[in-house]
Amino acid sequence: MSAILPPAVGGSAAPTDPAIETGGGTGLWKDAFLRLRRNPQAIAGAVIIGLFLLVALLAPILAPYGGNELPGRTEITPTTIPGPGEIGGYPLGLDRFGGDLLSKLIWGAQASLLIGVVSTALGLAGGMLLGVLAGGFGGWVDNVIMRFVDILLSVPNLLLAVSIAAILGQSPYAIMIAIGVSQIPIFARLLRSSMLSQRGSDYILAAQTLGLSRGTITMSHLLPNSMGPVIVQATLTLATAVIDAAALSFLGLGGGLPQAAEWGRMLTYAQAELSIAPQLAFLPGACIAITALGFTLLGESLREALDPKTRQK
Amino acid sequence: MLRVIGKRIALLIPTLFGLSVLLFLWVRSLPGGPATALLGEKATPEAVARVNELYGFDRPLLTQYFTYIGKLLQGDFGVSINTGRPVLEEFATRFPATVELTIVALIFAIGIGVPLGYAAARHYGRFVDHSSVVLSLIGITVPVFFLAFIFKYLFAIQWSILPPDGRQNPRINATHFTDFYVLDGLLTGEWDAAWDAFLHLILPGLALGTIPLAIIVRITRASVLETQNADYVRTARAKGLMERTIRGRFILRNAMLPVVTTIGLQLGLLISGAVLTETVFAFNGIGRFLRDAIFGLDYPVLQGFIIFIAILYAIINLLVDISYSIIDPRVRVQ
Repeated sequence: MSAILPPAVGGSAAPTDPAIETGGGTGLWKDAFLRLRRNPQAIAGAVIIGLFLLVALLAPILAPYGGNELPGRTEITPTTIPGPGEIGGYPLGLDRFGGDLLSKLIWGAQASLLIGVVSTALGLAGGMLLGVLAGGFGGWVDNVIMRFVDILLSVPNLLLAVSIAAILGQSPYAIMIAIGVSQIPIFARLLRSSMLSQRGSDYILAAQTLGLSRGTITMSHLLPNSMGPVIVQATLTLATAVIDAAALSFLGLGGGLPQAAEWGRMLTYAQAELSIAPQLAFLPGACIAITALGFTLLGESLREALDPKTRQK
Repeated sequence: MLRVIGKRIALLIPTLFGLSVLLFLWVRSLPGGPATALLGEKATPEAVARVNELYGFDRPLLTQYFTYIGKLLQGDFGVSINTGRPVLEEFATRFPATVELTIVALIFAIGIGVPLGYAAARHYGRFVDHSSVVLSLIGITVPVFFLAFIFKYLFAIQWSILPPDGRQNPRINATHFTDFYVLDGLLTGEWDAAWDAFLHLILPGLALGTIPLAIIVRITRASVLETQNADYVRTARAKGLMERTIRGRFILRNAMLPVVTTIGLQLGLLISGAVLTETVFAFNGIGRFLRDAIFGLDYPVLQGFIIFIAILYAIINLLVDISYSIIDPRVRVQ
């Protein structure tokens, strides 16, 4: 899911230019926000993400037990794992280690949020740095950077992340860095192409005529006006990051204890008990899917809202 | 046409060269250096010193790089730490399994995705359309390994109508000479072996194919929607052409270009997805081998795999470009 988006920002409405907004019409971002509020898809996405954030941030209060705690160690045997509601105190039952499934799902939200946000921030920062250098300066800088991006793109995204995580060793930071780096190419390309399409605009010509330096034009004119597609992509990438993080820890990367409260890891250890305790696989899986759905819904509505083609005058 | 292919291959060389440099530096920057990578983490200092001398890891970096790239060009990817066999040989025996799996997934994704996307666009705003949009959204957001679990649980455990894991029932004494199990069965006339291998492909194939399916449905729908309102379609209608001709030659053919691009891009996703799917279904392909390599820190395998995938990916993209010119004569002229 990494479609290259068309540049969504039209040259006419500069989001950072207050002069246009005071002129009576609505600015691009304000308009986008108004349209998002009317879009049921966007609201559904926002509600899902809101709940996810709430659960992740309030995990210490909401979860009955700690993420790595094994309160029901004595209740399980190799052939019996208590399911939802089968014994008191554990509403969703236990896992094979004796951990409380509900608590682990709640702590898992926190782990996913952390990995998703940190890795996307890393990818965004790295991609923007490369994109600004390439799109703002052009010439040989552009060439060198884009060849480097091509190298990263020559390996499929998830496999790139897997390889990097394997190199960095067993730690949760390895997963964050790996997913972040694997996202750099898409952000770099997107920002570069968005900047290139803005470069020929009249307001850039005007800025050049005024004698502004190249750095000023790039940073305060070109960059803010090219951010639309990048922000949309970042929202969509959060969904991919949550899924990829789960995939990496499902494969056994990321280190930590086997019973760590991490959705992907929980699926790894649900494999052996699939026939007797399917909820151990289905509930964490559903959590990953619903979270990814939330970010996807919001990202796609945002893309629609920012698209000048569908924008109402 | 040949010039286009030549140009693409020429463009590929610097990318692969860059990748080989990165991989070369990667193994040399490992804690303990390449000797540890070859011998594993528990190597004694004496063994490390011996390997350093044997493989020339004590020589200057540039000399080492040329030796490395020279071997690579001859197809020498090194020896797997875990199995002790040449990396390329290991790939060769496992790759057919992954190819079989990918083909089943692709047939499923294209065979259902394109007609469904087309139907959704033809009946825009109606039930087919809405359900295809919702289904594709679900398909995109459900992780492939989770889907694999659901399928395995429902079809193999609950209803026991399909085998839960493996490539073939070991009790079937099948002959294998191509390592494509279905093909082997067909060629030798062992129909039960072919059928059994095929049954083993269904669940992993469906799980692997679902995400590409969702994406293909979306792109086909969007593309057909855009094409069917094009001016040339209106002109064709005004000329009084048969509806069948309009749909087949005007709408579908023009709408297929972005779809073909997307299918090409999905192959990367399929290779990544195969690693996860094969893990769930204990399907002995390249994906599962890679997973073991990650666990065993089998660097020669990881290194070889990345280069192998990069080349494969590049060939696929080249084929996609060539297929453009078959679908769209305009590309041929340019």
